[in-house]
Amino acid sequence: MSPFSGLTLGVVVSYLSLVVALPLAALVWQSTKSGSTGFWQSLTSPEAVSALELTLLASLAVALVNAVAGTVIAWVLVRDEFPGKGVVNALIDLPFALPTIVAGLTMLALYGPRSPVGIDVAYTRSAIVLALLFVTLPFVVRTVQPVLQELDHELEEAAESLGASNWQTFSRIVFPNLLPGILSGVALAFAKAVGEFGSIVIITGNIPFKTEVSSVYIFGQIESGNTSGAAAASVVLLAISFGVLLLIGALRFWATRHHA
Amino acid sequence: MRRLTLRTVALGYLALILLGPLSIVFWRAFEHGFGPAWSAVTTPEAIHAFRLTIEIAAIAVPANTIFGVLCALLIVRHPFPGKGLLNALVDLPLALSPVVVGFSLFLLYGRTGWFGSWLSKHGVQVLFAMPSMILATAFVSIPFVVREVVPVLREIGTDQEQAAETLGASQWQVFRRVTFPAIRWAVAYGVVLTTARSLGEYGAVSVVSGRLGGQTETATLYVSDRYENFDIVGAYSASVVLALMAIVVLLTMNLLRPKEGVH
Repeated sequence: MSPFSGLTLGVVVSYLSLVVALPLAALVWQSTKSGSTGFWQSLTSPEAVSALELTLLASLAVALVNAVAGTVIAWVLVRDEFPGKGVVNALIDLPFALPTIVAGLTMLALYGPRSPVGIDVAYTRSAIVLALLFVTLPFVVRTVQPVLQELDHELEEAAESLGASNWQTFSRIVFPNLLPGILSGVALAFAKAVGEFGSIVIITGNIPFKTEVSSVYIFGQIESGNTSGAAAASVVLLAISFGVLLLIGALRFWATRHHA
Repeated sequence: MRRLTLRTVALGYLALILLGPLSIVFWRAFEHGFGPAWSAVTTPEAIHAFRLTIEIAAIAVPANTIFGVLCALLIVRHPFPGKGLLNALVDLPLALSPVVVGFSLFLLYGRTGWFGSWLSKHGVQVLFAMPSMILATAFVSIPFVVREVVPVLREIGTDQEQAAETLGASQWQVFRRVTFPAIRWAVAYGVVLTTARSLGEYGAVSVVSGRLGGQTETATLYVSDRYENFDIVGAYSASVVLALMAIVVLLTMNLLRPKEGVH
């Protein structure tokens, strides 16, 4: 290793340790402080369990809706032509660029108590799903779109000329090619949904056992000084994040092997 | 016919989830006219909040940019043991709850934390002050430059770099004259994403800042503070400013995207 790359390695590892690794190590350390019984007690407190169940359930629902809606939107953006397509394409990234707290306020303005369209879902579980659908919109669209763009039209034309129906062409030719992209987009959307805080905190009212998700539960425990409770729930979210990233890594490996 | 159905479904979904909520924020902010909205975002507290957000981004974004370019070079050009772990740590903020990020920093720099006790003995305030807010913002926005630069570095290969080296260029010259010009659009795109994420950060900063109005209150914290104090016009007006910033980011993203080089 040359001196240049040795220095680079030093800088990169120090910065990453300072910003990411050491704080996470402190978190894991904190969660072990109360011993395994203490950790287990914090983990299985009824409020924490209920929050985690709701988080996973809502995130799963959101991931599934995204799998369908995201694929349809990507399809329309690549294969369809209509006036204003460029603007629609640009708007897909809006949930990424918009601060989550603003996203929460926007959902509240349209689907809250003063809703101009008469839909009031504030302080309900539907509000969580709506807010999560907003913030996770870009993931599936942006992973499926490039795959669709590179997909060879000739394959589909060949299938059609051999007498395949529209549905057969989609399910046998297009879908298998899109699947790795859809799955990694869905996994990212799921991970984002599990950790989401800003957009949810306003519109759900954070009612324990009803609309309190894990990130909001953790925030509450920090504010009330229950450090071990917050640490236990945080370690669970950390493990889920690592798990999803591993899954995405495996999917990427699978997708590149598919092409080779 | 099928095409029209799909288009209707896609655009209908977007209107419901995206466009409807966004347009209503503008409407709510200007409901009582432009005047109240303007005075709401020009109070000293609002201006301080926006200035603080920009100051934090002005430190976190350049730091993450330098780190991102170096880290991408390391991942692509100089494989080393532990690369997998490095990759995982860089990606983690994409999948981790910002509240957990903030809490981790809170534990590290708190009174009983590994660093906190030593730092407070020496009179350095990290928690409930700028340093922790910068660290939180840097954490959540760390992946973007790396993720944009890595594929471009892979794509351009090492032929030109090797040629330059054979011709006697130093490593710094190779980077400045050959590598950097090839990756600069990817870097720029990554910087835009990093900036967007920094300006919008809420959860992590919310935990570490202590939310002291007029002191450690960023623009996003200001929005939620106004909302909690039933100042609806104030909350929505500040939101509009943040939304306009987001739209500027979107426009920049679209200007830069075709130049990504990979396509």
